[in-house]
Amino acid sequence: MTVERQARVTIETPEGISFSYPLAGPVTRFAAWAIDALVIFTVLSALSKAVSIVAPLTPGVATAFGIIGYFVVSIGYGMFLEWRWRGQTIGKRLMQVRVMDAEALRLTFQQIAIRNLLRAVDSLPALYTVGGVAMVLSKHAQRLGDMAAGTIVVRQSRSGLEIPDTIRTGKYNSFAASPHLVARLRQKAPLDLLAIAVNALERRDQFEPDRRLELFRDLARKFRDIVTFPEEASAFLTDEQYVRGLVDEMTRVRRR
Amino acid sequence: MILDLARFIESERVYWEELRTTLDRLNENPDTRLTLDQVTRFHYLYQRSGADLARIGSLSTRPEVFGYLESLVARAYTELHDAPQHSRFSFWRFLSQGFPQAFRRNIRAFALCLVITIVSAGLGAGALALDYDTKSVMMPFSHLNRTPAQRVKEEETARQDRMAGRHSTFSAQLMTHNIQVGVLTLALGMTWGLGTIVMLFYNGLTLGAVAFDYIHAGYTPFLLGWLLPHGVVEIPAILVAGQAGFVLAHALIGWGDDTPRAARLTMVRGDVFTLAGGFAVMLVWAGIIEAFFSQYHEPVLPYPLKIAFGLAELTLLTLYLSRAGRK
Repeated sequence: MTVERQARVTIETPEGISFSYPLAGPVTRFAAWAIDALVIFTVLSALSKAVSIVAPLTPGVATAFGIIGYFVVSIGYGMFLEWRWRGQTIGKRLMQVRVMDAEALRLTFQQIAIRNLLRAVDSLPALYTVGGVAMVLSKHAQRLGDMAAGTIVVRQSRSGLEIPDTIRTGKYNSFAASPHLVARLRQKAPLDLLAIAVNALERRDQFEPDRRLELFRDLARKFRDIVTFPEEASAFLTDEQYVRGLVDEMTRVRRR
Repeated sequence: MILDLARFIESERVYWEELRTTLDRLNENPDTRLTLDQVTRFHYLYQRSGADLARIGSLSTRPEVFGYLESLVARAYTELHDAPQHSRFSFWRFLSQGFPQAFRRNIRAFALCLVITIVSAGLGAGALALDYDTKSVMMPFSHLNRTPAQRVKEEETARQDRMAGRHSTFSAQLMTHNIQVGVLTLALGMTWGLGTIVMLFYNGLTLGAVAFDYIHAGYTPFLLGWLLPHGVVEIPAILVAGQAGFVLAHALIGWGDDTPRAARLTMVRGDVFTLAGGFAVMLVWAGIIEAFFSQYHEPVLPYPLKIAFGLAELTLLTLYLSRAGRK
């Protein structure tokens, strides 16, 4: 049996919007679990200490509370935190992964409870061997608990956005006088070339001067090879200005 | 179409930021309830960002912008398209309706568990009848490896309450251990039910061997007085755990069912969860009874009383599981 594992899971909404989630890999998930195991161990140690302090007063009841507390923390840690923190525990937060419904709906408590109860089989015979094998064989990197609960574990995307202001010059652009040539370049230039040019402009200050000159010379040559602009459009422009001007024009919205 | 990306971001960013702020607020305070106006606005922001995502989708020059917007839209989608939720959880409704109804819906899985347990108990008894030396193999517990005569004599002549001061601890140990056994029995349903069969078989084998040992030695009243008060709840609870395991296994295998596996598992999820809650409650009760009642024998508690108590529990449990929550 061969199962093609996917790096991302794609959701198509009834509104026709499509988006995808990057799936968390086994190593990241194992690291998150290890952190959680450490947290549980710490909590249980504190509980044990508390029981030993209270035990002389009411030995039987204190020990019973200790046993039940141990059990509740062991089983309930994942359930409680994943429910309160929408699919995350401390380990998952630190590793920036999250449990979510496989259909991208909101997680229900039933799902969280089942995926945590089924750790009993995923953790067999030791260190989540069964769960790990299941993840490797599963298309969506699901352990058995995830399959039963209809959940997946995804990497969390970044939540901040820096708006680039390094591209646009705001100055007169001589390429604007040749819209038909710009249109031809838009049509013929590979998107990869445009992406490289945009990135080069954004990161221009990170290059050594010589490397920068060489990079923009290469990029300008590639653009010139695709479309040749009139002499007056490119006269007196350095290679970098040439590339900047072209990218500026190519990435403008065509207004009606 | 190639967009004027920088201007596009500048003009739309305010909406994305508003959506992100709302999402962060909901994430930090899961109990937050939006007003109708807020929901309307939230939906508008989601739709607008979704449209932006579609516009920007083909542009590969700024993958981080695409990733950011995709993440926002995905989070908003999850918030808006909630899974169908039933009304707020009520423990009373769970006990009076949910659990017995789920039990009856999956009665065939329970019957299978019962058959496996009876067959394995018969085998356990038969094995002990044929070769008594197998006792140490089938009952690898120190307290069961004494002869029944030794055990009964010890229990009935005890001058002190051996359980004094230990009721709570013993009860807690029983509850947690048995619930762990139940959870494992359930979870092993994901091994196409094979692990669940093994757990039930082993349980039945031990039970049959113990029963044979005491009956054969002529201590039937002691056996019934000892096992019935908690066993009539504990054994059915483990069978319910097996039932939940078989429900999972059936959905996993999907004999004669063209529905996709994920959908089959989704359909049984509610019942599996309810059955798990049910057997946990039963095992808590069994743990209390075993620690506080079952461990006392004659002359402290007469066997007829203990047997009657056990039979009364069994009758009530049968009535509860067969009648409660009927419409």
